[in-house]
Amino acid sequence: MGKRILTADDSASIRQMVTFTLKGAGYEVVEAIDGRDALSRLNGNPIHMVITDLNMPNLDGIGLVKGIRANPAYKFIPIILLTTESQESKKIEGRTAGATGWIVKPFKPEQLIAVVKKVLG
Amino acid sequence: MTAANTYRETYKEEANEQLLELETSLLELEETPEDAELIGKAFRAMHTIKGSGAMFGFDDIAGFTHEIETVYDKVREGIIPVTKDLIDLTLMAKDHIKSMLDETPPDEARIGLTSSEIVTAFKKLASEKALFTPPPITTYSDRASSSYTSDGNMSYRIRFKPSSDIFLTGTDPLLLLGEIHSLGECKVIAQVDNIPPLDEMNPECCYVYWDMILTTNQGIDAIRDVFIFVEESCELTINTIDLEKTFEIEEGYKKIGEILIEKGDINKEDLKKALVEKKYLGEILIERGLVNSGKVESALIEQEHIRKIRDKTKTKEETQSNIKVPADKLDTLVNLVGELVTVQARLTQTTSAFHDAELDAIAEEVERLTVELRDNTLNIRMLPIGSTFGRFKRLVRDLSGELGKEIELATEGAETELDKTVIEKLNDPLVHLIRNSIDHGIEPPDVRISQGKPATGTILLSAVHSGGNVIIRIQDDGKGLNKEAILAKAMEKGLVAQNADLTEKDIFGFIFHPGFSTAKEVTSVSGRGVGMDVVQKAIDSLRGLINIASVKGEGTTITITLPLTLAIIEGLLVAIDRSSFVIPLSIVEECVELTGEDVKRSHGKNIARIRGELVPYIRLRNEFNIQGERPPIEQIVVTGRNGEKMGFVVDHVIGEHQTVIKNLGKFYRNVEGISGATILGDGTVALILDVPKIAKNVEMAEAVFG
Repeated sequence: MGKRILTADDSASIRQMVTFTLKGAGYEVVEAIDGRDALSRLNGNPIHMVITDLNMPNLDGIGLVKGIRANPAYKFIPIILLTTESQESKKIEGRTAGATGWIVKPFKPEQLIAVVKKVLG
Repeated sequence: MTAANTYRETYKEEANEQLLELETSLLELEETPEDAELIGKAFRAMHTIKGSGAMFGFDDIAGFTHEIETVYDKVREGIIPVTKDLIDLTLMAKDHIKSMLDETPPDEARIGLTSSEIVTAFKKLASEKALFTPPPITTYSDRASSSYTSDGNMSYRIRFKPSSDIFLTGTDPLLLLGEIHSLGECKVIAQVDNIPPLDEMNPECCYVYWDMILTTNQGIDAIRDVFIFVEESCELTINTIDLEKTFEIEEGYKKIGEILIEKGDINKEDLKKALVEKKYLGEILIERGLVNSGKVESALIEQEHIRKIRDKTKTKEETQSNIKVPADKLDTLVNLVGELVTVQARLTQTTSAFHDAELDAIAEEVERLTVELRDNTLNIRMLPIGSTFGRFKRLVRDLSGELGKEIELATEGAETELDKTVIEKLNDPLVHLIRNSIDHGIEPPDVRISQGKPATGTILLSAVHSGGNVIIRIQDDGKGLNKEAILAKAMEKGLVAQNADLTEKDIFGFIFHPGFSTAKEVTSVSGRGVGMDVVQKAIDSLRGLINIASVKGEGTTITITLPLTLAIIEGLLVAIDRSSFVIPLSIVEECVELTGEDVKRSHGKNIARIRGELVPYIRLRNEFNIQGERPPIEQIVVTGRNGEKMGFVVDHVIGEHQTVIKNLGKFYRNVEGISGATILGDGTVALILDVPKIAKNVEMAEAVFG
């Protein structure tokens, strides 16, 4: 069975691009429109990795990272943040909250795959 | 880099052989121009030169040979007749390829000119008789840049000490180590001195840190990139340790003390004090508690790594010269070394009885030398498996064309080395398996497209070393095995009960059944199985294992595990009464006890219950008619093959035993169930069991006598 990745982003186009890229590389993808949606989709489901945007309504990326880590089932799964250049401080904040790494927007599909392979093995 | 270089050397040697073959065929062809076999020979020679050339970066040779091969393809089909002109021209072309092979650096202008001249001449010759495709332009600059730049390798010492909460950020440090590994030649030493006692340990924390010695041409940034996400939260030091350019000036590499000081593992004062004593520095430092053994080990490995890299560079730079030796001379050498290993084992055992330090020292020295001699000798027989892989490209091309399928053959690990005999014997089974993949596995393009797969199917042929074994994989992305159909067929043939509870592995195992494979109907039902029993037999004779995994609609993967060499066997030494036997370790799964109770409970049936699973067993004592009393507790050696488990009952399991195989004499060669023998340290003979054969014989006997 392929590994399943949850991607959270309020931008439909980014979601689409991430999903398309990941599916093309043989991963299963679960989409979420914001942090809160992401947490509800996580619950109980086998998810191997999370890719999340930082700025989202309802629950932002950092909040989502904290929420995921608070659930013992997802304590060790890799979480990747999608950041922009200007969010350098958020990067550290995310890291402290328990994020595994980040991808700086704009990114190419290959970069995304490279990072996913890097943290997922 | 170095693997690629050895590969180029091998290619050159191979190409020279092929050129010779080509020349001989051409000269003979001149006398009998109609001889299709000779034309085929010439064609094959060119094809090999071309195919392998392209693989190792001899693009000019590949491009050029391609042109001539194209013409000979037509010759083969009888479209172009064999004339004196054609042969003259081909001989010229042959000389030309030879000059391209030998000439370093290439005289581009001259080669370029004759290249195109010859190609034009061929074209002219061909166009008089047949259609000719215009040649692709071969660029010679490519070659110069790819093979003549120095590889620019650098060695780095990396210490990666992740923060203890690294797991809580979803990071797997092993993946990072893996990434470093993929950058080049790498040694990793785990430092475990921070691991606390068990009761203080938090399993969610990482206490281990790693020293790595890496030689790569990718530069320090590539190394930093690996740690990009953890750089800020871990201790990471990367030092350059040895520039290959400067090594010639230095006498040897740094001493251990220097390495430890450089890394800050110890200070100068302590080192000086320690050096006063005249022992190995590492031992002293550990004894005094100045530094722990992990640190010293890491320094030692660094020394060795650099030494190895240097040796490699040196041999690379000295022009390599090869000597051709007839294979039987090598066989004799291997046999002699085998004898020596046996005698040496006896020597060691005998000397140990004398308790004489001097004698022991000599025996140990002999042992060390013998082991080295053995390894070196066996290594001589090792060849890269790629020579075989190259041949399959043609097979795939031709067969897929015939069947109207689009199939690409990808290969990996062509540089993996294996014993020459193993490679030779492996050819037929591999051809069989690849044929199966092409014929039954991969669907026609239209079917593939309708299922959302790319029109072109892929067969991946890969080889990789794993311990003392080589693992060869044939993987296709075709339709996979039809589990239900195989099961139905097995039931129909009475191989299995109607309601049997079988694993996937069990079911796939049926296709190795002899009766399962012959008729056409099976092909249409199961999709596989033509002569798989033959494949199984061939792999058995190589002491290998074969394994099938398949997902319906996604493809089939066949995995073959082979020992590196046939001359040595990793075995499990067992004893029955006073006789010793060796069971190949590759098929042993576990050893369990068999008590009198167990025997009673199974009501006279030779079946043992192991963790809820029923495993039939064979009593070797009965099988070999060994008299004497059975011990109260016997041992079952459980072996596994194609998912079928089979136990062998012996008196005692003595332990692992690496041994040189001796063939049995003429008289005994045909004894069934014994594949060879070996001589133990005390001079006694232990027979090596042919486990599949014994199992089969017993199965057959049961079938006959119920």
